[in-house]
Amino acid sequence: MNRIAIALTAASALALSACAKKAPESLPPDPVDTSTPTPTVTPTPSGPIEGSGAHFRQVMAGQDTIFFDTDKYDIDSQDAAALRSQAQYLLQYTQARATIEGHADERGTREYNLALGERRANAAKNYLVSLGVPAARLSTISYGKERPVATASNESAWAQNRRAVTVVLN
Amino acid sequence: MTVRFALLASALLIAVPASAQVALPPAEDEGGLSVTVTDENAWQDLQLAIPSFATDRNQPTPANAQGTGALALELSRVVYNDLQFNSLFRPTGPDSLPRPAYADITSPQFGTWRGRGAEMLVQGFVRAQDDGRLMVGCYLYDVALNDELARGGWVVQPADWRRAAHKCADLVYSRLSGESPFFDSKIAYIAETGPKDNRVKRLAIMDSDGANHRFITNGQSTALTPRYSPDYSKIAYLSYVGERMRIYVYDVGSGRQTLVTESSNATMAPRWSPDGRTILYSMATGGNTDIYTVPATGGTPRRLTDTPGIDVGGSFSPDGRRIVFESDRSGTQQCYVMDADGSNQRRISFFGGRCATPEWSPRGDLIAFTHITGNFRIATMTPSGGGVRHLTNSWQDEAPTWSPNGRIVQFFRTAQGSSGESSIWQVDLTGRNERRLRTPVGASDPAWGPVLP
Repeated sequence: MNRIAIALTAASALALSACAKKAPESLPPDPVDTSTPTPTVTPTPSGPIEGSGAHFRQVMAGQDTIFFDTDKYDIDSQDAAALRSQAQYLLQYTQARATIEGHADERGTREYNLALGERRANAAKNYLVSLGVPAARLSTISYGKERPVATASNESAWAQNRRAVTVVLN
Repeated sequence: MTVRFALLASALLIAVPASAQVALPPAEDEGGLSVTVTDENAWQDLQLAIPSFATDRNQPTPANAQGTGALALELSRVVYNDLQFNSLFRPTGPDSLPRPAYADITSPQFGTWRGRGAEMLVQGFVRAQDDGRLMVGCYLYDVALNDELARGGWVVQPADWRRAAHKCADLVYSRLSGESPFFDSKIAYIAETGPKDNRVKRLAIMDSDGANHRFITNGQSTALTPRYSPDYSKIAYLSYVGERMRIYVYDVGSGRQTLVTESSNATMAPRWSPDGRTILYSMATGGNTDIYTVPATGGTPRRLTDTPGIDVGGSFSPDGRRIVFESDRSGTQQCYVMDADGSNQRRISFFGGRCATPEWSPRGDLIAFTHITGNFRIATMTPSGGGVRHLTNSWQDEAPTWSPNGRIVQFFRTAQGSSGESSIWQVDLTGRNERRLRTPVGASDPAWGPVLP
């Protein structure tokens, strides 16, 4: 019970006791709840904090990754569209910093693939910079063939692994 | 510390009745190396008997819980395991042979061994010294000629007992083959666990036969492509600690790790010069990778290559004057040679496919490499790119490293498919005796160090 209701009740009690002999003409109106509602935790849309890595991944819905042909590191039109989405996000959340990870499939030797992954990460970074994302907010790293997402030894798996993934840092 | 000494013991002739002719049983599969492919058409087949070593008195030693008597047997087993897997001898080991007495070691019962069909005989002893160290003697005899061919002796700390056995195997191998030794050496490599899409990779070291295995890093950050310094005091490797690609030098004695270069760019593929004074490495920046050198003690890097392509890796010739490396400046990954100062860069691979991971033999006569023609095959070529010979033929055999004497090539083999498991294998320069080196878990990126002094 809130304070005003108590006060009003007390007041009415006082009134009753004070004027015991004289019955009030009418009962005071019921106390109206004019207090500020206690802030209860209404469920906000559950999910990650905006501008965070998890949020970026969620919003991108797959557009955080671009793909390459064998031995190639050029940005095709599909890649460009994905990178535009990424740039849009990064320009909206100006505090966000990102690392672009470059990857290669398993059909190359280890060190060459590390260099190839760096090439791919760098290509993605350059494109984001050309779209206005400040270079200072972007870094690159290569994982070569060390971090495949698809483990089979076939064209489909290899195509999934030749990629650059943009990761927003928390 | 080991000390060579000259052995002189009085010869004791013991009359032994000639035993019935007994064929030596076939060589047994033991220890760290397992045979999967053996070429039966060996050009030479020396019957080599390696009975148990002996001890003068069974004494306690930290090297073996049962004392020097049991240690003597273990020593001979290490020698026997070393001397398998080549086309020169058919050794028979101590578990199939009678045990000589201590006095026999310096005065063999040749008649007995002739009767068993042995042509060569290795005998040895171990003695515990007052200071706790072990004295190990090793003798090689020609049974037909009743003659001693070679002898050697070493004083070792108990913890190094296996090294004395490897020195003995090296002595026998060198004397009989004319080749340089290689058994007393160590390998740095990457130990692998976990599934293909979440692999844990740790730096590890082991003896040339897989013994004395030790993990160096804990796997929290990926470690790749290690290289022992020529004096075995350090290991250079690529680490992803801190989510960056940086080259660390691990000091084996102190356990300390130091950065080779301070750069915000990705650095990788470390290599040591033969004199241990220079580190060769690759740096990737702006989509371009080039090769640099830096003094091993730190200092100003010097750029060797400068093309708008991927120039990566590299291996010094044993005289330190040239470097072979890989570059895709021509459009595909090929092998190039340059002087150690970066001048005279010229392509040497013109045989089709791609040339990768070139590694100069310690003998200087050959370069081993990964030949990519769809699958990855270990191959060798001359330093001018001629005489290509393929040593293996699997789906992916990658990154050859040479035994210290330049006669064996070690590499890692990856299984096709979702397991993608890697293991370390060796093959002779002749392409024969392809065999797997047993490791505790998966293994890749082997780097074979030189013979220990």
